[in-house]
Amino acid sequence: MNFTSESSGKRIPCFRVLDDNGYPIAGSIFEQVNKEVAVRMYSGMVTLQIMDTILYETQRQGRISFYLTSTGEEAINLASAAALSPDDVVLPQYREPGVLLWRGFTLQEFANQCFGNKADYGKGRQMPIHYGSQKHNYFTVSSPIATQLPQAAGVAYSLKMDKKDACVVTYMGDGGTSEGDFHAALNFAAVMEVPVIFICRNNGWAISTPITEQFRSDGVVVRGQAYGIRSIRVDGNDALAVYNSVRTARQTAINEQRPILIEALTYRVGHHSTSDDSTKYRAVDEIEHWKTAQNPVSRFRKWVQGNGWWTDEDESEFRSNIRKQLMEAIQLAARKEKPPIANLFTDVYEENPPNLVEQERSLGETIKKHPQDYPSDVPL
Amino acid sequence: MAAIVQGIGATAAPSASSNKFLLSSLGSSLLEKKRNFFVVRSDGKCYTGLNQQQRRAQNVVTNAVATKEEKASAAVGSKPGHELLLFEALREGLEEEMDRDPCVCVMGEDVGHYGGSYKVTKGLAEKYGDLRVLDTPIAENSFTGMGIGAAMTGLRPIVEGMNMGFLLLAFNQISNNCGMLHYTSGGQFKIPIVIRGPGGVGRQLGAEHSQRLESYFQSIPGIQMVACSTAYNAKGLMKAAIRSDNPVILFEHVLLYNLKERIPDEEYVLNLEEAEMVRPGEHVTILTYSRMRYHVMQAAKTLVNKGYDPEVIDIRSLKPFDLYTIGNSVKKTHRVLIVEECMRTGGIGASLTAAINENFHDHLDAPIVCLSSQDVPTPYAGTLEEWTLVQPAQIVAAVEQLCL
Repeated sequence: MNFTSESSGKRIPCFRVLDDNGYPIAGSIFEQVNKEVAVRMYSGMVTLQIMDTILYETQRQGRISFYLTSTGEEAINLASAAALSPDDVVLPQYREPGVLLWRGFTLQEFANQCFGNKADYGKGRQMPIHYGSQKHNYFTVSSPIATQLPQAAGVAYSLKMDKKDACVVTYMGDGGTSEGDFHAALNFAAVMEVPVIFICRNNGWAISTPITEQFRSDGVVVRGQAYGIRSIRVDGNDALAVYNSVRTARQTAINEQRPILIEALTYRVGHHSTSDDSTKYRAVDEIEHWKTAQNPVSRFRKWVQGNGWWTDEDESEFRSNIRKQLMEAIQLAARKEKPPIANLFTDVYEENPPNLVEQERSLGETIKKHPQDYPSDVPL
Repeated sequence: MAAIVQGIGATAAPSASSNKFLLSSLGSSLLEKKRNFFVVRSDGKCYTGLNQQQRRAQNVVTNAVATKEEKASAAVGSKPGHELLLFEALREGLEEEMDRDPCVCVMGEDVGHYGGSYKVTKGLAEKYGDLRVLDTPIAENSFTGMGIGAAMTGLRPIVEGMNMGFLLLAFNQISNNCGMLHYTSGGQFKIPIVIRGPGGVGRQLGAEHSQRLESYFQSIPGIQMVACSTAYNAKGLMKAAIRSDNPVILFEHVLLYNLKERIPDEEYVLNLEEAEMVRPGEHVTILTYSRMRYHVMQAAKTLVNKGYDPEVIDIRSLKPFDLYTIGNSVKKTHRVLIVEECMRTGGIGASLTAAINENFHDHLDAPIVCLSSQDVPTPYAGTLEEWTLVQPAQIVAAVEQLCL
């Protein structure tokens, strides 16, 4: 009689391409990215950094109600997006705006959503950072954790039925893997044999819960085998490693019609969101260490610059350029009109049923009766 | 939410063949979809659109619901369709829609090879394959979520809950995602999903298998709810729900699956937002749905013998209510009795009472009476279970009281 031990003793090794100084590790096999892709990836990472810094400040100034940053996870965001095709459907958790950025969402469009103005694709109905864009194949963010996972299995099922040359990519954090939906989504995807890539951004913290309190297993990668899913552990702060693993995962998922689990190890440098102060539950020097010594952006920069594709002048010019653009976009977004009150009742159903028509009429009457109480800058 | 109705037949007005099958009564909304078919309005006029089904049956259908009593006298000398059981009617509707649109698919526990625990999907997996009739592992929140994801990408899934009560596990997906994503995405993603399953009190199934979920779900914005009660409306509502671009929850009842009825051969689709006039009358409006309809009709027989003339309406559409039909009835009879299977607190009857009071207060001669189940979990013991449900005797007594 033999009980399988609760831990295999050895931790699953982590796939890495670049070392901490941005040099390829001797003996590592990886697909090279060309200059165009590398520069685009790097500039995307820088843009994301700047966006996060400025928009976070915007919330602190009281101009938007909420924001959350992806600081420390820029490599996962951009490198995974770069490895996908525009036809691949993305179901995000909420810390993946870099994927949308890669696909062409502009700074203005980001700002519009955060300010909830008339030009927002979500028509002002969701909190800031809950981006969604059908034309970019990026599903609207929904706050409850892990609800997107079974939906991703469903989207993959749809792609399989249509025999499309595309896959689904869905993201979650380490905390999200504790949800029941994680278990069932992976189980379903494996049983149905559908092309979906589950990328877990294991960033060490679920608000204030560290991974030592989240699970007892060797991280998330070991769970894949329990469902019959091929899995890999990757250094999430190594852009090339993420790029390579997602590319291979994509090919496997589509050609073999099977799900893949990728655990990307990283660190959440910022607070969980603007409603959180992480210094309350973790050491400041821990945060500092990951912000500086383990920064994914500077690590990738070293490699890109090492290849002669980027210079310090490019860096400062690019950064100031993006800053300027973003500030302008924010000014514009703040000034733009808010969505009209009529939008309160549209898109609940395809067409409004009598009770909603009645409620809309009643609201219109109330507004007419008390015009002084109605904000002057909100159109009807 | 325009109703898609297919009317077939010649432009001849209804003649002696008094086939009183309900086809359409669109109320205020005219049909706009770009399909080729008829719209037959309640006044009998037809709007043409050509369609091969026209060449089939010649019966023009006007308003009037197939009432059980009148059906016996109808159809003298004509072929009034085919007989089947309610679960077979559901399957027929499902199959016709799956033939018509390759995006329609079914998912749920045991729906494939087993044919569904109530046999609604029997034979479909053999015909359409394992992918289109998908057997899922046991995780309601997840396969509902899966259905929502598939719907957002262009499929039209029908999610079967083996028993409605299990869908409580899917509440998060239904409330936070199914009802909301069309709205929160700014209209970019739509969710044309149908969630269906048997609910209601059965024969000694115990508390967890006797749930009335319509009361829990009725508050969720963005979803529609309908309840079927006859083979005829089961098939029509199933088809309408599948064709609707909104998420629809179709409530079936465990004890009604074996109801036998004659339904038309020609294709028909019912209006999701319409109530059904079961028995016109003058003295009192009795509003009901699903299985309680039969308790009401049984009580109606007794009432007629005692000299009352109750008007019985099967509300069918639980969200939103068909206040047009209900209102017209209230304006005629001035007395309302609601008979439902939900619990007293927070049930469909409670909302309906509020809605009628708000809208038709001036037309009421007496306070609305609502007969519902007590606020207790449904017991297993047969005698106890029987008394949690509204019985015909109670309905008769309530009407007598109301019409004093």
